[in-house]
Amino acid sequence: MAQYLLSVLADTTDLATPEEMAAIDVFNEQLQADGHWVFAGGLGSPGTATVVDGRDGQPVFTDGPYLESKEHIIGFWIIEAPHLDVALRLAGLGSKSCNRRVELRPFLGE
Amino acid sequence: MTDVGEVITRVHREEWARLVATLARRLGDLDVAEEMAAEAFAIAVQRWPVDGVPPNPGAWLTTTARRKAIDQLRREVRREEKHMEALMLFDNPEPLGIIDDDRLRLVFTCCHPALSMEARIALTLRMVGGLTVPEIARAFLVEEAAMGRRITRAKAKIKAARIPFGVPFREDLPARVSGVLAVLYLIFNEGYLASGPEKEPVRGDLTAEAIRLTRLVRALLPDDGEAAGLLALMLLAEARRAARVSASGELVALHEQDRGAWDRELIAEGHALVRARLASGQAPGRYQILAAINAVHTDARAFRDTDWSQVVALYDQLVRLDPSPIVRLNRAIAVAELDGPEVALAQVDHLPLDGYHAFHATRAELLRRLGRFGESRAAYDRAIGLAGNTAETAYLTRRRNQLAGP
Repeated sequence: MAQYLLSVLADTTDLATPEEMAAIDVFNEQLQADGHWVFAGGLGSPGTATVVDGRDGQPVFTDGPYLESKEHIIGFWIIEAPHLDVALRLAGLGSKSCNRRVELRPFLGE
Repeated sequence: MTDVGEVITRVHREEWARLVATLARRLGDLDVAEEMAAEAFAIAVQRWPVDGVPPNPGAWLTTTARRKAIDQLRREVRREEKHMEALMLFDNPEPLGIIDDDRLRLVFTCCHPALSMEARIALTLRMVGGLTVPEIARAFLVEEAAMGRRITRAKAKIKAARIPFGVPFREDLPARVSGVLAVLYLIFNEGYLASGPEKEPVRGDLTAEAIRLTRLVRALLPDDGEAAGLLALMLLAEARRAARVSASGELVALHEQDRGAWDRELIAEGHALVRARLASGQAPGRYQILAAINAVHTDARAFRDTDWSQVVALYDQLVRLDPSPIVRLNRAIAVAELDGPEVALAQVDHLPLDGYHAFHATRAELLRRLGRFGESRAAYDRAIGLAGNTAETAYLTRRRNQLAGP
């Protein structure tokens, strides 16, 4: 089995609507029932981010996201799947449930 | 010596895809499979002229490649185990009405929708077609190093994202098959009318390769009407190849082609495929309709004998499947023959195809027939400015220069 990161992309900071939340819950339960579930979570808006650079000992903090972009990641799933065709199918269902585009990306193999 | 050289060339053509596919399945790694297949042929080139051609060249190549692969994999045992796990997992137990064949798995892997279209084309030509990277680079007028990177990147994605070496899920199958056919059609079209000014205008090597690959896919998907339709379409277009470019390197339009130079054998084969599809009673897809249109054209002894009402009726069917402006443009060209240039021009004028050379070339032709030479000239100029193919540019330039008036 391989793990994939399913990032939810959005160009607004709007939270999921109650209908979207309900659909996401159904999708999450399906992921758990089918053994694909690893982890999932929603993220605060990019404005809540702090970039931290601790490479030189004393960490330097910078307010805001490291990249200003039109679209950003507002949540993610980590799923487990035997291969990309299964992951793509789950990504399609995930995108539909949260009503947003998603990016599917494999974790590096061990 | 020459005989052995010819045998090796023929065996390469016939066995490459099977060899790569078998190795990919057994070794669980497309990259290693390609490398070992190439290695096996390199050994054949050294050994066969000395030892003679083995009685079963395909089996000899597979054994040789596997022996090489085992040597290499012994050095990387862990890698092998991991990939075996990744690739063997994918075995679709559902009967799908397609032949269970490693070459089909290879085709589906190379044409996977998670890869870019450029990558799919390049991988298919390399892994299934057996073309070398320099050959593919030349075909698409891309630097050899860039083409090499494109293929390497695609192979890396297949491995890292675990694109499976297998047939798709049942519900994905129609879309995946049409994805495969789209790749083959793009390869064919690049040979049929090359897209760049620096390229040979029509390239038989690419069209022949596309036909060979489509024959293979058709044999592996015997129940798929569109695979048969695409093959028929290619054969009927290929049949006209010799008549499509003049001695002076100019594209020859359908109405000016020497129909005696058409390849009767290919036409007969294409017509038989079209007839078999019609007899199936199944609703045709776009390739089958396009093949039927080409069958009508290749059925006419002279341009004026063309059954235009049949062509327009087929385009009507196609518009219902695919109402894109390009389909409607092609339909209008047939309408011009049936209802006259004025009716056709009215249908063409509003199409949103301002950046497409064939749109302006069609307008130019219709305007010429309506005696509106000034507008026709302007339309030819736009078409010439947009057309990349040298033979097509030459044709359009001659037509423009033949216009009466200032």
